[in-house]
Amino acid sequence: MVHGEAWTIKEFFVYPDEYIYWSIQIVMYPFMTGLVAGAFVLSSLYHVFGVKQLKEIARFSLVFSLSLLPVAMMPLLLHLQQPFRGINVLMTPHFTSAIAAFGIVFTTYGMIVASEIWFVYRGFIVESVLALRGKKERNAVDTLRLVIYTVLAMGAMDLSAEALHKDERAVGLLAAIGIPVACFLHGYAGFIFGSVKANALWMTPLMPVIFICSAVVSGIALCMITYIVTMEIRKLLLTWKRKDNPWFPSTDELKGAEVQVVTMTAKYLVMFLVLAITLELLDLIFRGYTAVRSWDILRSVIYEKDFTKIFILQYGLGNLIPFIIFLMPRLTVRKAALGSLLVLLGVFMMRWNVVIGGQAFSASFAGFMEYRLPIWPDSLENFKEGLFGALTVIATPFVLFFLVTRVLPVFGVKDSH
Amino acid sequence: MMNRREFCKKAMIVVGGIALPLAALEVFNPKRLQAEKEGRGKVRWAFLVDTQKCVGCGFCVKACKIENEIPYDANVTRTWVERYVITRDGTTHIDSPKGARDGFTTMKIDQNKEGMLDISSADIEKAFFVPKLCNQCDNPPCVQVCPVGATYQTADGVVLVDRTWCIGCGYCIMGCPYSVRFFHPVYHVAEKCNFCYHRISQGMKTACVDACPFGARRIGNLRDPDDPVTKIIMTERVNVLKEEYGTKPQVFYLGFSKEVK
Amino acid sequence: MKNHVWRPLFVALAIVGCILFARTLLVPRDFGAHERGYMYGWHRKSNEAEWKAVRVKYRTAKVCWGCHKDKYDAIRNSAHRSIGCENCHGPNYDHPKDPVGLIIDRTRSLCIRCHSLLPYTASDRGGIRGINPETHFPQAACVLCHIPHNPKPMNQKREAMS
Repeated sequence: MVHGEAWTIKEFFVYPDEYIYWSIQIVMYPFMTGLVAGAFVLSSLYHVFGVKQLKEIARFSLVFSLSLLPVAMMPLLLHLQQPFRGINVLMTPHFTSAIAAFGIVFTTYGMIVASEIWFVYRGFIVESVLALRGKKERNAVDTLRLVIYTVLAMGAMDLSAEALHKDERAVGLLAAIGIPVACFLHGYAGFIFGSVKANALWMTPLMPVIFICSAVVSGIALCMITYIVTMEIRKLLLTWKRKDNPWFPSTDELKGAEVQVVTMTAKYLVMFLVLAITLELLDLIFRGYTAVRSWDILRSVIYEKDFTKIFILQYGLGNLIPFIIFLMPRLTVRKAALGSLLVLLGVFMMRWNVVIGGQAFSASFAGFMEYRLPIWPDSLENFKEGLFGALTVIATPFVLFFLVTRVLPVFGVKDSH
Repeated sequence: MMNRREFCKKAMIVVGGIALPLAALEVFNPKRLQAEKEGRGKVRWAFLVDTQKCVGCGFCVKACKIENEIPYDANVTRTWVERYVITRDGTTHIDSPKGARDGFTTMKIDQNKEGMLDISSADIEKAFFVPKLCNQCDNPPCVQVCPVGATYQTADGVVLVDRTWCIGCGYCIMGCPYSVRFFHPVYHVAEKCNFCYHRISQGMKTACVDACPFGARRIGNLRDPDDPVTKIIMTERVNVLKEEYGTKPQVFYLGFSKEVK
Repeated sequence: MKNHVWRPLFVALAIVGCILFARTLLVPRDFGAHERGYMYGWHRKSNEAEWKAVRVKYRTAKVCWGCHKDKYDAIRNSAHRSIGCENCHGPNYDHPKDPVGLIIDRTRSLCIRCHSLLPYTASDRGGIRGINPETHFPQAACVLCHIPHNPKPMNQKREAMS
């Protein structure tokens, strides 16, 4: 069977070789890179702009953006017909292509995030090494931890105030460099679509900007949800521990801090959300107003075929309702979690409507293509580019986050800065 | 890295320097100047399709699939024929069942999911066939967007795909306004018409040209002013597909109609 | 102790070095910007020869006439002279060595590619004599009554055969 045939249903005239070649994994790709970029920008708000209220979530979102990082590449590899040749992008890059710089931008960004985390955690790493070395008897786990921390320390064992101050300055610098790189990484994903002149829906110079704004929105939303969930778990654990040890601090303290962080973060979320919606609507109005040749088919895709996906799921459920939730007075943690979830849905649907919607019509403008997401993975292809492949991509960052926090804990660490 | 413009400039300086004594003797020849301005090689392949002559038999598609080893029953093809039927109410119906591999043998229009549409001959205002194939553009967007240099243009203008280097990202497929590219069902890399490069480079014609009993398809060398195809392209009213994309397609059509997509 | 701040940078440089080293091993030597420059000509040069080496299957009617002169004489004055032999007889490859014999397509579906009546006056198809395959002796093979190399109306078949 031809690639794409399994999930493409053609209607009226579609060129014989046209199929939906970019499917669910290409929806996942900008969604995941968006989360990475957004999480990083959120952490930088504290490190660079000194938004003190975000201190708690900053470290958290930084580590989360590291665990999301490999996952931004995963959907691309799952999508490639020749995944083992993916390295060719670094071997013979053809920079006239918007994709060619991906390897370089991605590697640079990965190194920036990793370095920043190294500086943030260096104090902790060195202390762990010293503590483990001090231990008289080490079991297997301790030995393993010692090895890991020793490697991570890279021999930089200096814990003097001067050295720690240098760390702090390096973090600030890297976070500052990281913001444009993060925006580039994602705006660049938008450029990959926006520069395809053969696709009437994709081709717009607004695409990179729209992508960055929605990326920040989704990144903040995901950090908020994950933050809320981990805080709830910590509260549960604390209540449970307090049964035996009544002198432990009450959960109210944690709760107060949590509400404050969530309210503050929500403000930034709404700001970027407004920007994203404005640009998207501008794009839509502009297309309708200028009504070039492609508008006839675009209109039938936007207002008829994809109406539910665009106006109900994306703009209605995903943008309008969370907008109201966040702007209403007395924002509670629960409401914020619901709002963030809806925002994530909205951004995901936006990616879907761009990637799949852009292939919902034939380049002949005389027919349509309908996408049927393969559910059951009865073949490798239907796994890779089906529901289960997408779920794998979604689940991976959480697994990675769990693993990373075994080594670099996010909570209960004495801050060096 | 030398870009095209620089290369052209330098090549023209060198060629000009060498050719100067000869050129000085020659009478001013606009065609030759044109050829020199556009490129350096002696060959630039171009294709000419006469839509009036095409009867939709599909022998070209059949020959192409066999000649170029595209699995016969796979629903992809390097070349195909479209049927345009314009009815009295002004509606344009287009179809190309199986890329017209088996020709057009019925009046019914294949609307894919919407089923077959029977149009009686009394309702037909005009109807014709349009063969399609890779345009081997002068500014091929598919080549521009390949991130690894797996697809490229040769000196004689044909766009090829390196099957050992293609990563299968599909960006070229997305970048082609004519949708002539697809993934090869066996090799799982980008695949496209290459004017039967193995045939034209040894003096033969493409398989589709040889298979066409009606002379609807012809291939020629634009740099050869005596080539009959070049003569038609230069002197008759020809058109190209989707010029607005700035791709400079090199497949020329005679008997074009505004309905053609 | 030296300034530790540069250590991540050294790691980064080492990674870049590894990638650059891998390039020297993995990139074919003839990969580069060729005739059409970096924009359109960035490729492995030897791939062009690989495409040129694809086996030719359709060898054209001229090759057939070299041996089958009788068939050529039969068809040269008929309306079917413009149809290449291989359209019905199949691709030549290296016949008669490989394959020894060719499989001739005598099915109705082959003939109706052109002779199913489609009244499309804006194209030459409208001028071809045609039938409705659903009503014109649907069970019979065309070659039962018509001779492909010298097609004539039914009542002239005998004449055509002689």
